Amino acid sequence: MSVLKIDSIYMQFGGLTAVSNFNLELKEGELVGLIGPNGAGKTTIFNMLTGIYKPTKGRVYFYDREINGLGVDRITSLGIARTFQNIRLFSNLSVLDNVKVGTHVHIKSPIWKAIMHWPSYLKEEDSIDEQAMELLKVVHLDKLKDHLAGSLPYGEQRRLEIARALATNPKLLLLDEPAAGMNPQESRDLMKFILDIQDKFKLTIVLIEHDMKVVMGICKRIMVIDYGETIAEGKPLEIQHNPEVIKAYLGVEAATNYA
Amino acid sequence: MTFNAFLQNLSNGISLGFLFALIAIGYSMVYGILNLINFAHGDIFMMATFFAYYAIAFFSLPWGIAFFLAIVLTAVLGVLVDRFAYRPLRNSPRISCLCSAIGMSFLLENFAIVVFGGRPKAFFRPEVFTKVFVMSGVRIHSVSIVTPIIAILALLALTYIIYRTKTGLAMRAISRDFDTANLMGININKTIAVTFAIGSGLAATGAILWALRYPQIYPYMGIFPGWRAFAAAIMGGIGSIRGATLGGFLVGLLTIMIVAFLPALAGYKDAFIFVGVIIVLLWKPKGLFGED
Amino acid sequence: MISKKMRNNNKLNCLVILLVIIFVTIAERSFDAYVIRILNLCAIYIILGVSLNLINGFTGQFSLGHAGFMAIGAYASALLYMSPQIKEVNYFITPLIMPFRVIETSFFVSLIFAGLVAALVGFLVGAPCLRLKGDYLAIVTFGFAEIIRVVFNNLQSVTNGPLGLKGLPIYTNLWWTWGIAILTVLVVKNIVNSSYGRALKSIRENESAAEAMGVNLFFHKSLAFTVGAFFAGLGGALLGSLVMTIDPNTFSFLLTFQLIVIVIVGGLGSITGTIIAASAIAVLMELLRAVEAPMNIFGLHVPGIPGMRMLIFAILLMTVVLFFKQGIMGNKEWSWEGLFKIIFPKQRDIKEGD
Repeated sequence: MSVLKIDSIYMQFGGLTAVSNFNLELKEGELVGLIGPNGAGKTTIFNMLTGIYKPTKGRVYFYDREINGLGVDRITSLGIARTFQNIRLFSNLSVLDNVKVGTHVHIKSPIWKAIMHWPSYLKEEDSIDEQAMELLKVVHLDKLKDHLAGSLPYGEQRRLEIARALATNPKLLLLDEPAAGMNPQESRDLMKFILDIQDKFKLTIVLIEHDMKVVMGICKRIMVIDYGETIAEGKPLEIQHNPEVIKAYLGVEAATNYA
Repeated sequence: MTFNAFLQNLSNGISLGFLFALIAIGYSMVYGILNLINFAHGDIFMMATFFAYYAIAFFSLPWGIAFFLAIVLTAVLGVLVDRFAYRPLRNSPRISCLCSAIGMSFLLENFAIVVFGGRPKAFFRPEVFTKVFVMSGVRIHSVSIVTPIIAILALLALTYIIYRTKTGLAMRAISRDFDTANLMGININKTIAVTFAIGSGLAATGAILWALRYPQIYPYMGIFPGWRAFAAAIMGGIGSIRGATLGGFLVGLLTIMIVAFLPALAGYKDAFIFVGVIIVLLWKPKGLFGED
Repeated sequence: MISKKMRNNNKLNCLVILLVIIFVTIAERSFDAYVIRILNLCAIYIILGVSLNLINGFTGQFSLGHAGFMAIGAYASALLYMSPQIKEVNYFITPLIMPFRVIETSFFVSLIFAGLVAALVGFLVGAPCLRLKGDYLAIVTFGFAEIIRVVFNNLQSVTNGPLGLKGLPIYTNLWWTWGIAILTVLVVKNIVNSSYGRALKSIRENESAAEAMGVNLFFHKSLAFTVGAFFAGLGGALLGSLVMTIDPNTFSFLLTFQLIVIVIVGGLGSITGTIIAASAIAVLMELLRAVEAPMNIFGLHVPGIPGMRMLIFAILLMTVVLFFKQGIMGNKEWSWEGLFKIIFPKQRDIKEGD
């Protein structure tokens, strides 16, 4: 059974076709990169997978279950989590609370038990707290747990967003340009970090990135999108030498740098 | 209903429609530029009538000058409201602006009660406006004839300003894209001030015509026309001047027609306007006629 | 452990409730009627303010329809606790519909009914508002409140129309008002500090991100509206039985406006702030009443200035919105932890794990 099976999805907005004929089959534990020029449709694909957009055509299967057309929160509850290109944290909530929001989707206590401080609910709050603190430790933000999320520096905000996404207990994690704005050292740390969490949390990951070092460094498979169409798919080395890709995106110089 | 009665209602409705259009444009213009619903607009409308009233009653100015002065003062009032209640909150969350607008509305209303007194006053009606013409059984008030003329003149002037002047260009630019307009060097604050001035001036024009038609003025008088004009702006597509005008007619006609054709539901007429607004906002948020 | 902290908090809160009970007992016995009335109004404003803050402040849904829920609560309860005789006196033009015409229940039952009906309407109002943002939501909720007012004004056989209901028996007393105020604060506080509360706040902060994290917008927004409306209904019912007369215009936008002032002045994200502001404004409203009534100062007859009260409130709102955007408390709450930190500042290193 594949984690994700995307079957010829299209996204049309009026007369504009943002994504056409996108196909992908993901097995458990894979780390796939999605690259392409700005505006190619990569985030749109993420939005289709997470339910923000309903594909105009085609189907998406998550562990053999059709999910296209389901609501965003429903899809998250099934096990798909994402981060955003432009970081959408809950700025006025604490770092800890940001992560705790991620755990809410799997809460067992109904609202009335929460209001009445039912013992089983109080136990759940404890485990939520534990889980959130664990995740904060993983991203090295545990010391800042009571800080306001909006007051964090950029790099830490990105890590917090990832911790929050992990709090939803996903099986599939979609990362949208996690390395944006990072310096080379930070990107290296991020690469190690992504591989670590993939191993620790048994995740399947799809990664949108412009930083080629990161993409070529950790992705086993890469898909190249341009103007909504898939122009290449394969292993990093193959992609680097693919003339179509070079023409559209990488540039001849870049290809030689990563060889 | 007899044909005469129908014509009577029709002429009333059209006349009312023009009045609502004049007020609705102010709502639309401010929303188009600031994304703010100016709750205080109806009360600015009310202040215009009091300006005119006191100009005549206290300063014994001839009515022509008094009306003109009232329009100018109201335009200034509109600019001041923006300057002190909305401008400081340009970069604040929307809720702050909303609260400021609501607060401003209450402030103006209660200021009027405290200073002018809550009891209705009789608005001065110049001789020329008291004539009534009777055409084939339909009574047409001279105010009903003057209203469309003045309104159309005002609308033409507005169209000229918006489409033929630099300020108008600036206004259109800001309503399309605030940040870019700012970066392009357009003086945002000045342009917004002009928007308020024009919107308030139009409302003042509508206010005086209104007061000539219904010559009782009192501090809460802006609420009824204010909400109807606002509904008109919403239904026409808030942000669109053309929409506000068309919406104004729609609301004006509906107001009269519903009472005329369905007298049993007359008690609910205030509710209808909100039902209309709610339906439009939920079903076609860009207004019945689409966006300008 | 969080649960241990919560349990400790609960114990300390019980102490506070005990203090309130003692206070109310003393007040009932020895304070004069005027002060008692103000205390009742304080509690009612707390109920109304906190319930509004749940919707507007914590969930970020700026609703202007609260007066509508209050009206529903007031009428719904009145229809039950009024005796058939009072009903007959009131509904002399059109008789009240059955079965209300002959029913009379205890105040307690009527309150539950009021809350439930208001909650239902709150749910029905909140549901279509899901996709609306900011200004539009405010307009639609305002519209609903106005529609309710107009409908009540016309349904002679249910509400007695514009004549309203007079001679309502006074069931409201300090026990009811402060009891329900405590209940409101407890319920809202427990919601807000729970996982559900975090979900509500996440909706306020960033709806799309909240949804992406699995927060169901419909459920949580409905939760806020329904619970908020429930307590607004209770507040309205208590108010009705306090002032003895209600008509469709009793619960006008003016009342909603006062609540908005309370919530903004107290701080949109703070229950504590709302409590403080509600009490302050309840007192202020009564004190300022003097300004509007004619007074005799040293033999000089000073005419009252009607409208001054609301003018002052409008200025207050503008001042806070323009200069003190966070209100009194902003986002902060009273907490036992916070109090101990102020009293014992040296012990800052106490770890969570005990």
